[in-house]
Amino acid sequence: MEFFVVSLLNGISYGLLLFMLASGLTLIFSMMGVLNFAHASFYMVGAYLAYQISTWLDALLPGTGYWIALVLAPLAVGALGAVVERYGLRRVHRWGHVPELLFTFGLSYIVVELVQIIWGRAAVPYRVPPELDGALFTVYSTHFPAYRGFMMLVATLMLFAIWLMLTRTRVGLVIQAALAHPETVEALGHNVPRVFMLTFGGGTALAGLAGVIGGNAYVTEPSMAALVGAIIFVVVVVGGMGSLAGAFIASLLIGLMQTFAIGIDWAPAGLLQSLGFEIGPATPLYSVWSLELSQVAPVLPYLLLVLVLILRPRGLMGTREN
Amino acid sequence: MGRTIRFAPINVGRWFVWGATALLLAVLPLLFSSGFAITLLSQMGIMVVFALSYNMIFGQGGMLSFGHAVYSGLGAFFAIHALNWIGAGELRLPVTLVPLVGGVAGALFGVVFGYVTTKKAGTPFAMITLGIGEMVFAASLMFPGFFGGEGGISSNRVVGEPFLGITFGPGIEVYYLIAAWCFACMVAMFAFTHTPLGRIANAVRDNPERAEFIGYNAQRVRFFVLTVSAFFAGIAGGLSAINFEIVTAENVSAIRSGGVLLATFIGGAMFFFGPILGAVIFVFFAVALSDYTKAWQFYLGVFFVAMVMYAPGGVASLVLMNLRVARHRLFGRLRDPYAGVLLSGLILLTGVVMVVEMSYHLTLNFAAGSEMRLFGFSVDSAAPEIWVLAAGVLAAGASSFEAMRRYFVREWGAVQVAIEEQLQREAGVR
Amino acid sequence: MTRFRFAAAAFATSVVLASPAAFAQSGTVKIAWIDPLSGMMAPLGQNMVRSWQYAADLATREKWAGDVKFEVVPFDNKLSPQESLTALKSIVDQGIRYIVQGNGSGVAIALSDAVAKHNERNPGKEIVYLNYAAIDPSLTNARCNFWHFALDINSDMKMEALTSYMAKRPEIRKVYLINQDYAFGHSVERAAEEYLKRKRPDVEVVGKDRHPLAQVRDFTPYVAKIKAAGADTIITGNWGADLALLIKAAKDAGLNANFYTYYAGATGAPTAMGAAGADHVRQVSYWHPNDSVVNAQPIVEGFRKKFNDDYYTMATYTGFRLLSEAMKKAKSTDPVKVAFAMEGLKVQSLNGEVEMRATDHQAQQAVYISSWQKVDGKTVRFDQENTGYGWRTEAKLDSYVASQPTSCQMKRPAAR
Repeated sequence: MEFFVVSLLNGISYGLLLFMLASGLTLIFSMMGVLNFAHASFYMVGAYLAYQISTWLDALLPGTGYWIALVLAPLAVGALGAVVERYGLRRVHRWGHVPELLFTFGLSYIVVELVQIIWGRAAVPYRVPPELDGALFTVYSTHFPAYRGFMMLVATLMLFAIWLMLTRTRVGLVIQAALAHPETVEALGHNVPRVFMLTFGGGTALAGLAGVIGGNAYVTEPSMAALVGAIIFVVVVVGGMGSLAGAFIASLLIGLMQTFAIGIDWAPAGLLQSLGFEIGPATPLYSVWSLELSQVAPVLPYLLLVLVLILRPRGLMGTREN
Repeated sequence: MGRTIRFAPINVGRWFVWGATALLLAVLPLLFSSGFAITLLSQMGIMVVFALSYNMIFGQGGMLSFGHAVYSGLGAFFAIHALNWIGAGELRLPVTLVPLVGGVAGALFGVVFGYVTTKKAGTPFAMITLGIGEMVFAASLMFPGFFGGEGGISSNRVVGEPFLGITFGPGIEVYYLIAAWCFACMVAMFAFTHTPLGRIANAVRDNPERAEFIGYNAQRVRFFVLTVSAFFAGIAGGLSAINFEIVTAENVSAIRSGGVLLATFIGGAMFFFGPILGAVIFVFFAVALSDYTKAWQFYLGVFFVAMVMYAPGGVASLVLMNLRVARHRLFGRLRDPYAGVLLSGLILLTGVVMVVEMSYHLTLNFAAGSEMRLFGFSVDSAAPEIWVLAAGVLAAGASSFEAMRRYFVREWGAVQVAIEEQLQREAGVR
Repeated sequence: MTRFRFAAAAFATSVVLASPAAFAQSGTVKIAWIDPLSGMMAPLGQNMVRSWQYAADLATREKWAGDVKFEVVPFDNKLSPQESLTALKSIVDQGIRYIVQGNGSGVAIALSDAVAKHNERNPGKEIVYLNYAAIDPSLTNARCNFWHFALDINSDMKMEALTSYMAKRPEIRKVYLINQDYAFGHSVERAAEEYLKRKRPDVEVVGKDRHPLAQVRDFTPYVAKIKAAGADTIITGNWGADLALLIKAAKDAGLNANFYTYYAGATGAPTAMGAAGADHVRQVSYWHPNDSVVNAQPIVEGFRKKFNDDYYTMATYTGFRLLSEAMKKAKSTDPVKVAFAMEGLKVQSLNGEVEMRATDHQAQQAVYISSWQKVDGKTVRFDQENTGYGWRTEAKLDSYVASQPTSCQMKRPAAR
């Protein structure tokens, strides 16, 4: 029971972090049709900027660094995203979707290298602030870290804020319209390039915020983008391209799936044995039957991606495929 | 009276080009004979086959794939197991034919994965290839019996009976094996572009709906092209297994898939010889440049993005555009702008290299201290004077490059207009 | 005229004949270091390349091999066997004849194989490979070869010592094994189960886990499993970030088990343990700074002052001792002669006498079991990573006790 509750909490907190990332990606994709390969790179830049800002500010005003970075770093990443859109993506936009995708792909390479040039190849000591370090509550005998609780709080607040913006503000209405009918929005005369820039900046700011929150919980080092990059694509595709609610459900699903799978040592050989079959090392395909779920855990999200794309390309709640 | 006349002229140009290519492949190691150069040439040969196979689906088939290394990697694994079986005496196959094992394996997996991936082109195809690539990479660590786990599978290529004294121990023998396979594959893939399947693949790329109207099943066409492409990718994998004598999970990784995409795009996906150029450039960056600087991936990334933004047709298109200008005898007008752009570009490049190399050296931070070698000079990367110099060079280079670039763009535009006028005049005269 | 020519010829000949002797023990010997300087294990790699460069300076300054200057040239292999082989080609082209590597038995196995193949195909350009930390036992058993020398005690030797110590502790009842999923991790798991069954059949192994190497950022799911299994003891061969993050996750979750590790003294783990690890963590190693046979204070403090880092890879000291003594014995820096000279060589290192056993090229040396304790100025003088805590010896096995038999049957080249 303890294992179940603890894994549930961990899975949800990891899933919410994935959602912070996937929401920005979904927004950018829905608005502009661009699958931003460099999204995870902005996540990484957010973490590094938060580290740098909090280190500098802690030297001047001890204890405030992290909180100020929490506000400044996402804004900086958003500004960076807007610049990238204005001077890079916009130029490539006229040639179609494939060059845009390739541009963001190349950008992801460059950002990783820039980060290594500025901060080096080793992990940087971006730490959880002491106020948030420690246990929030105890489940049976396991402590639930306060920082995880904070992560979940920020993610939920952010989701609520996006929902408010999309449904209650004018900009939000335009974005909602563009989610379903981008060409019509253009035809209606909105300053589409500016909306694009703001959307891209906003999406990358969300990724930056995810970086500020996630960088100190998980290690801040140059390969952090590659690790999370592929998973958020799985989330966006499984949830449905263009659907925020779908992205939310998919991120929770994948977060829980990955957390629980590691804890379960069940293998098909066990099932076959209970059905009466003799399974031993000499059985053909023994290496497949003896695979435990915990060993298969890394593969599960991609298996899900492939299955969804084959069987239901729209995703769980998607409105369109392309 | 019943004799028909058949006029089939010998395409002298084609024989000349292919002959020259074969000659070049044969002669290169004699010009660059150091051990390092032979390794470099061997890796270029492998990458050429891989990039050409990728272009079959990318440039000719219009399918952007992020998981092509799956076919070459799985081919490599099968090839290295075959090599081990040959070494143990369980398989009687000459080492020369081992890449064929890789090719067949690649084609088999092309059939398996291709069936599910080719239903759609465009973004869904890209996503599903990404998913399959990551899936195979993650799965490769789950089956250590076949994939060898973290350490991979090693082998020895000096097995079997030596043929005419060739054991494939020395690097130069491996190079000639790779060169022979590379030439054969180049010929085969070029011939493929002239087959009906190759032509219809182009049609499906440009307008799948129209291709269906004339009676071709777009999914079937894509599927066949993917299978053939996977066959050649598997051959590249088999050559890699022989060259490196080790195959690890990295061979099926997203990094390799990304690399071949970069190489093909940089070279130019619209022309057959584009990926050949791209493969040479990519291996040069990855193998040769990486010996001189740790920031080679940064330079490669910047080069790639510059290509995407300014020359999406790749280096091949740049070459051909300039050849077109030269053919119309207008190249003289571009000589000064080119000189200006190249010179200012060189200054800009120097500034960027100085800043990047010094930053890298400082952040890498081990015992060696802040002394480093830059362009052959010994500099102290922590000293502010050198940073001011670097910043100055960078600023000078950036501003002069921008000025020269605008001048070049003006002149280029004028040249293009002049060419159009020439063509119109010729058309008008006739 | 002829007399002058004769004199010139005699002079030239004598210079040429004298040169090998004169230069045999002078000049610079470059040693290539191949290990990760990027990725999750970068901090570990940085510490180790500094240790090698520090030891090289020491050996050069104190003239351990006469006038020979040692220089360490680093190569980043990103923990990948393929990258290591590419680096090896570059090393061959640069004419470097000695390589050292230690992080990752997967890399070590690939390198050992590649070096043997290279040496066989390129007589006259042989390379000697000193393995200073990759301890998969197969490297000195089934996969042994003449050009590979193991400076660290191998995994079976360490587990033998660890389980002997654990056999005397009645509070150990339920053991959990968690290791990295590669050759070395598998060997730790196998040895732990086998030796525990032999020495403490009453102890129950309540769970086994293998996780991907240098990939996992968050060990909370694994810690949850350990808790669910009710283990009171954890045996792990994890090193670098994998151990540091595991300990951090265990601390965060409030796991109250004792850790028996191989590498809790390596970069990252001390900071993760901190005060919470006191008396809960033990490691098995060939040395630690608080129990040094030879006074290690100048070395440890010198390293701390120069790099603000801890010196614990004492295999670097042993490595240079072996190389230097072998070079003096062989009167040459030629790798083949040095390799033959190193076989059976006995040197004095910081942990006492070390013998490079000729049968399998496994260094025989003392084994220490130590526990993480607060610095008290007496038994624990040096701390690690500025935590205020360091290692205290709990048990020490002489080298002949820890020694293991070997199945190695290596082919030796013709002596030169």
